[in-house]
Amino acid sequence: MPPKIKAVIMESRDMDRALTRIAHEILERNKGLQDLALVGIKMRGDVLAERLALKIKNIEGTAVPFGAMDITFYRDDAGTHKPDKAPSPTVLPFDINNKRIVLVDDVLYTGRSARAAIDQIIDFGRPTFIQYAVLVDRGHREFPIHADYVGKNIPSAAKEQVLVHVKENDGKDEVVIAETEEGQ
Amino acid sequence: MSWKSKDLLTLEELSAGEIAHVLDTASSFKEVSTRSVKKVPALRGRTVVLFFHEPSTRTRISFELAAKRLSADILNVQAASSSLVKGETLIDTLKTLESMTIDALVVRHKSSGVPQMLASVTKASVINAGDGSHEHPTQGLLDLFTIRERKGKIEGLTVTIVGDITHSRVARSNIYGLTKLGARVRLCAPPTLLPVGIEKMGVEVYHDLDKALEGADVVYVLRLQLERQKNNLFPTIREYSMTFGVNNERLKRARKDAIVMHPGPMNRGVEISSGVADGSQSVIDDQVTNGVAVRMAVLYLLQGETNEKPS
Repeated sequence: MPPKIKAVIMESRDMDRALTRIAHEILERNKGLQDLALVGIKMRGDVLAERLALKIKNIEGTAVPFGAMDITFYRDDAGTHKPDKAPSPTVLPFDINNKRIVLVDDVLYTGRSARAAIDQIIDFGRPTFIQYAVLVDRGHREFPIHADYVGKNIPSAAKEQVLVHVKENDGKDEVVIAETEEGQ
Repeated sequence: MSWKSKDLLTLEELSAGEIAHVLDTASSFKEVSTRSVKKVPALRGRTVVLFFHEPSTRTRISFELAAKRLSADILNVQAASSSLVKGETLIDTLKTLESMTIDALVVRHKSSGVPQMLASVTKASVINAGDGSHEHPTQGLLDLFTIRERKGKIEGLTVTIVGDITHSRVARSNIYGLTKLGARVRLCAPPTLLPVGIEKMGVEVYHDLDKALEGADVVYVLRLQLERQKNNLFPTIREYSMTFGVNNERLKRARKDAIVMHPGPMNRGVEISSGVADGSQSVIDDQVTNGVAVRMAVLYLLQGETNEKPS
C-alpha cells in the first residue's frame, strides 16, 4: 500500500530553486571547483547530485565530476535489515584521494545514512574533506551529523515520512509529508 | 522482492523472482570486488563455518573470499581433521558448532540430502555447496549470472549441456535455474550418463553432439566425474572424447556469438579441448570471478531476518 500523502511541501520549482541556491553556496564556500566532486547517495541523492553538477557547470562553465553510491552494505543495520529492492552498484568514476567531496542526499533524518556514506567513501580513499548537502533536513538526529547545505528545513513528527520524489525515479518532482505505513 | 528462507539448499525450491533477486544483489557485490578495498562491513561479527566433506578448491576458496569480503569471521572444518574421524556423527559435530554460536554453515558432502538434513536441526543458515549428485545451487546461480551478464537475458536462449549428466549436481541446479528463467535446455550425453526420465525436467535429450550444438547460445561442458563412476559407462576416455568432446571444429555448429562454460576443474583434451577452453568464446574465468559475487549475495541475503523499510 503506498503511503498516504498529507501535504506537498515543495513543488518542482521550489526544488529547482533550492538546488540552484545550494550550487551557488557550494561554489562560494569552496571558492570555485578546484578538486571538487559530488557523490550522491542512492536512490534519490544520486539524481540530485547530477542536477547539482549540471547547475555548477552552467554557472562556472566547467564540469564537476559526480558519482553515485549505494550505502546498503555499510548501514549499521546491514546484518539484520534487508531492503526489498536489490542494492545497485556504486559508481565513483574518479579517484577519491585528495578530492573535496560534497556528499548529496535527499533527506537528512537520523544521520545514520551519512555515517554509512562517510565510512564507505573512506574505504575508497582519503578525501581532503567531506561536506554534506541535503534537499531536506527533517530533524530527529540520532548521530552528531549536520549538513553544510540545506534546501529546506521541514520540522516533522517522527511518525511521519518526508519523501522526496524525483522525475527520474518517481515521475514527478516534489517533496511530500506522508503518513507512516501501518506496522512500521 | 524480499528473501524469506533461512537456507539455500536447492534451486528447485526457488522461484524465478527469488533467483533474479540474488542475481541483482550479486551485481552490486561484483562492483565491490573491483575496489582497492575489497571489503564491506555488511556481515561484521557474523561467523560462517565452511564444512567441507569432499575435496574442493574453487568452491571453498570462493566462499571463504566471499565471507571475508563481507567482513564475517570464518571457520574451516574439514572432515579429515575433525572429530568425525573419531566416530562423531555429523549432527553431533553440528551441535558442537552451534553451541559456539555460528550464524551460517556452508556444507559440501558426498551424499545427496545432507545439507537438508542439517538445515532441519539447526537455527544457523545452511548453504548447500554441493551434495552428492543432487544440487550445487551457488554454482547454478553463478552460471546464470554469467549467462545474463554476457547475453543480457536468459529467457529464450538455447543452452546445451554436454557430458556426464547423471553424476552432475551442477547440471541439475542449472537445469532448474535455466528452465525457471525461460531458457531452452538441451542435454547431450551417451545414454549411460543420462538418468532415465530426465525429460520430465523440461529438457530436450540428444545423443549426437553436432545436432545438440546446432544454433546454441550457450555451450555448457561438464567434467567427466570418473571418481563417481563405478561401472564402465563408456568404452574408453579416448572414445568419449572423440564422440562428446567439445573442440573448435564442433563449436562452429553453435551460434557465432555462443559462449562456452565449464564448472571446473577441467579435464583438458577429454570433455573440452584447450583451444576451446582458452578461446575467445570461453567465459570460464568470468564464472570464477562471478562466483565470489554470487556467494556474497547469498550469504548476505540469508543473514538477517527482518524486511523493514529503510528510514
